[in-house]
Amino acid sequence: MARKIHVATTINGEAVEFLCEARQSLLEVLRDTLGLTGSKEGCNNGNCGACTVLVDAQPVDSCLVLAVEAEGAEITTIEGIARDSQLHPIQQCFLEDAALQCGVCTPGFIMSAKALLDRVANPSDEEIRFQLAGNLCRCTGYDKIIRAVKDAAGRLAASGQKPAAANPNGSPARRGQRQRT
Amino acid sequence: MATVYIPSQWRDLTGEVAKLELDGGSLGQIIAALEARFAGIAQRACDADGIAAGLAVSIDGAIASRGLRSPVTPASEIHFLPAIGGG
Amino acid sequence: MASSKRETKQYKVIGTRPVRHDGADKVTGRAIYGADFRVSGTVHGKILRSPHAHAKIKSIDARAAEEHPGVVAVVTGADFPDLKDKIANLGEGAVNLAHLGANVLAHHGKVQYKGHAVAALAALSPHVAEEALKLIKVEYEPLESVTWVLDAMKDDAPLVLDNVFTKSMGKKSDKPSNIATHIHFETGKVDEAFKKADVVIEREFKTASVHQGYIEPHVATALWNEDGHVTIWTSTQGAFTARQQTAELLQIPVSRVTVVPCEIGGGFGGKIAVYLEPVAAMLSRKCGRPVKMVMNRDEVFEGTGPTPGSFVRVKLGATKAGKLVAGEAWLAYDAGAFPGGMIGPGCMCVFSCYEIPSARVDGYDVLVNKPKTQAYRAPGATQAAFACESVIDELAEKLGIDPIEFRLMNAAKEGTRRVDGPVYPRIGFVETLEAARASEHWKSKLVGKNRGRGIASGFWFNIGLKSSAAAHVNPDGTVSLVEGSTDIGGTRTSVAMQLAETLGIPAEAVQPRVGDTDSVGYTDVTGGSRVTFATGLAAYEVGRDIERQMRERAALLWECDAAKVESADGVYRANGKSITFRELAGKLDETGGPVVGRATVNPEGSSNGFATHIVDVEVDPDTAKVTILRYTAVQDAGKAIHPSYVEGQMQGGAVQGIGWALNEEYVFDENGRMQNASYLDYRMPTALDVPAIDTIIVEVFNPAHPYGVRGVGETPIVSPPAAIAGAIYRATGVRMRELPMSPPRLWAEMNRGSG
Repeated sequence: MARKIHVATTINGEAVEFLCEARQSLLEVLRDTLGLTGSKEGCNNGNCGACTVLVDAQPVDSCLVLAVEAEGAEITTIEGIARDSQLHPIQQCFLEDAALQCGVCTPGFIMSAKALLDRVANPSDEEIRFQLAGNLCRCTGYDKIIRAVKDAAGRLAASGQKPAAANPNGSPARRGQRQRT
Repeated sequence: MATVYIPSQWRDLTGEVAKLELDGGSLGQIIAALEARFAGIAQRACDADGIAAGLAVSIDGAIASRGLRSPVTPASEIHFLPAIGGG
Repeated sequence: MASSKRETKQYKVIGTRPVRHDGADKVTGRAIYGADFRVSGTVHGKILRSPHAHAKIKSIDARAAEEHPGVVAVVTGADFPDLKDKIANLGEGAVNLAHLGANVLAHHGKVQYKGHAVAALAALSPHVAEEALKLIKVEYEPLESVTWVLDAMKDDAPLVLDNVFTKSMGKKSDKPSNIATHIHFETGKVDEAFKKADVVIEREFKTASVHQGYIEPHVATALWNEDGHVTIWTSTQGAFTARQQTAELLQIPVSRVTVVPCEIGGGFGGKIAVYLEPVAAMLSRKCGRPVKMVMNRDEVFEGTGPTPGSFVRVKLGATKAGKLVAGEAWLAYDAGAFPGGMIGPGCMCVFSCYEIPSARVDGYDVLVNKPKTQAYRAPGATQAAFACESVIDELAEKLGIDPIEFRLMNAAKEGTRRVDGPVYPRIGFVETLEAARASEHWKSKLVGKNRGRGIASGFWFNIGLKSSAAAHVNPDGTVSLVEGSTDIGGTRTSVAMQLAETLGIPAEAVQPRVGDTDSVGYTDVTGGSRVTFATGLAAYEVGRDIERQMRERAALLWECDAAKVESADGVYRANGKSITFRELAGKLDETGGPVVGRATVNPEGSSNGFATHIVDVEVDPDTAKVTILRYTAVQDAGKAIHPSYVEGQMQGGAVQGIGWALNEEYVFDENGRMQNASYLDYRMPTALDVPAIDTIIVEVFNPAHPYGVRGVGETPIVSPPAAIAGAIYRATGVRMRELPMSPPRLWAEMNRGSG
């Protein structure tokens, strides 16, 4: 059996170290080694988005990221979205707008929505649908999810939160591409 | 007298009789009365444990839930149907 | 865009939109789904599956796997008791346990579909388990396979099972066949009626296998304890049915099995039959450790239960004035690898929206070398409605009658006799048609090239069946409720709301939880659109029980007769005195002790759900890609307990129907092997594929429920394919009669120039 590799990373703002096999995905390590089971496995090959996390602020399918790639990166998972016992406006809007039924795709959607709203202040419905097209939902038909993200954008704007500087392309980076400075 | 509708697939036993009135206070009694009129029907309607597997009985529009003991009134309408569930 | 509903009564809680009780856990990732569950000592199980669509198993040699240092147990079908042909009643209908067992793990030396489970092992890690599977050597002798339902019905078709005889409502044929069941309904004088019709249209339709597509794969963790007790933590639509199936397949008493339902990530009918539970339990017995098994996505497609593919022929006859006089339907549905498909409901639904005085239906449950079919949201109804509604659309057009007017003229109502026999009670189909006609969508003009509008209706029975619940009153006036319906879509809240309404307290004052099989009374599956109706009824009865006891406590406090105490809106009154539920809850200790309410119900009626859907499409003339421009779903909910979640069911079902209509299908090669077992190539709708789904909730009070509830979950998936086919016709002049109406198929038809 191959030796395990030591990885030092930051998850939800905290320094974390773990040992993993080269073949293990970030999703597997988050869930099985670190006990962060909020990110879900729906397909394990990058087609459903249930495993979406942010790596250096970019939304990625963590099933397509090797755990060793987490070295030195800043990772945000669903567990890091609520702060100080307060739900994030995106989470609150998902609840108030009934944007979930079984809820298994919800963490992935919240992460993708966060990545979008961190960069774009007032996305159109079309833009929301485009940016969330990598997250599959089988229960809701997407209608209430889009409304929830729209409402969250409004709430964030009203509370004076401005998105971070947009990336040079003018829209959130495509999934899977990480730009590290 | 309860009105019993004979499913198309049992009419070979009833000489094409599609509907008839029978006396009985329970589904079991109705089926016994049917069997007395048309031999072989009980074998289609029942198995060792009661109502045949895969069969449902509608009494006044509701699927009987007490098997052969399900109550039947003189005004009841009875149908034999495939059992359905849902997804 | 707003949804609208007609109020029939004034409620305090019912009809409002509280945040669901399990909400915070679900949006923070804290909720424990089956794969999230942890218990120490767990090992990991994996299943070896047949690569052939049909084959004899000549031998299985697992020695190399057993000797692998990381492997702790191996099982095959031979480890399970031989169940002969025992039939069990699993609440929703009878199941042949030998077939269930053979589907879970192949028995009797045969595999009947690619993906059929052949052996399983447990190992120290999921990776080791997957690797060690390759060490199990199975020798197959491939057999000829058949995957198209009509081919399987031919006399010379290869037999999927050797000992299946055609059953016709209790009669059995004497020759083995792939046709497991033949159903026949007949009413009136059909041939005569067709002769008298002014116009007759007869058409044939085909649909492909589609999967429920729930995002969470199947998962189960089983622990066979040293004391012989089996505990299973699983994602299931029914903890009690999972318990019973597992106990039967292992041939141990039900009392030795506990099923703990975890949060579930979608089911739609596909998580009622067990797959992993008995295998995990048997592996656990062998190795003495908890065994966790999680399916990969390709295993979900190939190793669980898609809905039937079908061939349906519908013939309808009408007068010039537009009155339907005769109907005939011939339906052949996949059963898959074992008998027991969805042909029954398909036959009962095909003409269920209409009053047709003479009609005949023939339906066939046909074995094919595909996974055993399972329920998919209104099982069997979508295939039948695609056919019937498409013919209705053609008929109305031929007669020059508006499609809604045509349906109104022939609509089933209270008193209409169905072709399978029973008479409808009060139903709301007409109301959905009227609401569709009055809708903004229907009244708006659709402008632009290559665009068309379609409309179709749909029906599902909805079932009742058994639900149990119990609740206790807390000193602060809150009520803790335990009920037995696993919560797939927010039902714990709609059930809690009905208890709250009954007691006159706020929705937030009820804390619902879903119990395991040891903690709550028997409850049938979460499916069949039954939970808000039946478990809600149980919650109502629990409320009545608690209310009666609270009145007795107030009477004690006021030293009067309990019969004199009245309660309304959570306030108890007698002789000019009053006390709120909350205040009274604080006095339970001094008036005798806790108050606990309990109920178990078994409502027998169907709540009958009708819908009418309107869709506008645009078809790209070069690529034949269909874009959904606008969609409106109208449905009779009886009473929408939590309107957001009723809307959610309508929207979710509509989008599943859109996927079924436009892209989803199992693609098989010439050897019966599925080619597209991944979310990449099994193409479900994304957020970019659909617009907002507008909803109009119609409320025709259901007299069989105290709050008028009708089930809503399944009906929404029935109409979309037919509605979209109608829209495509008006956009292109082409009538599609095969699902999915994917670009290659539509393009071929558009360029053939047929109509």
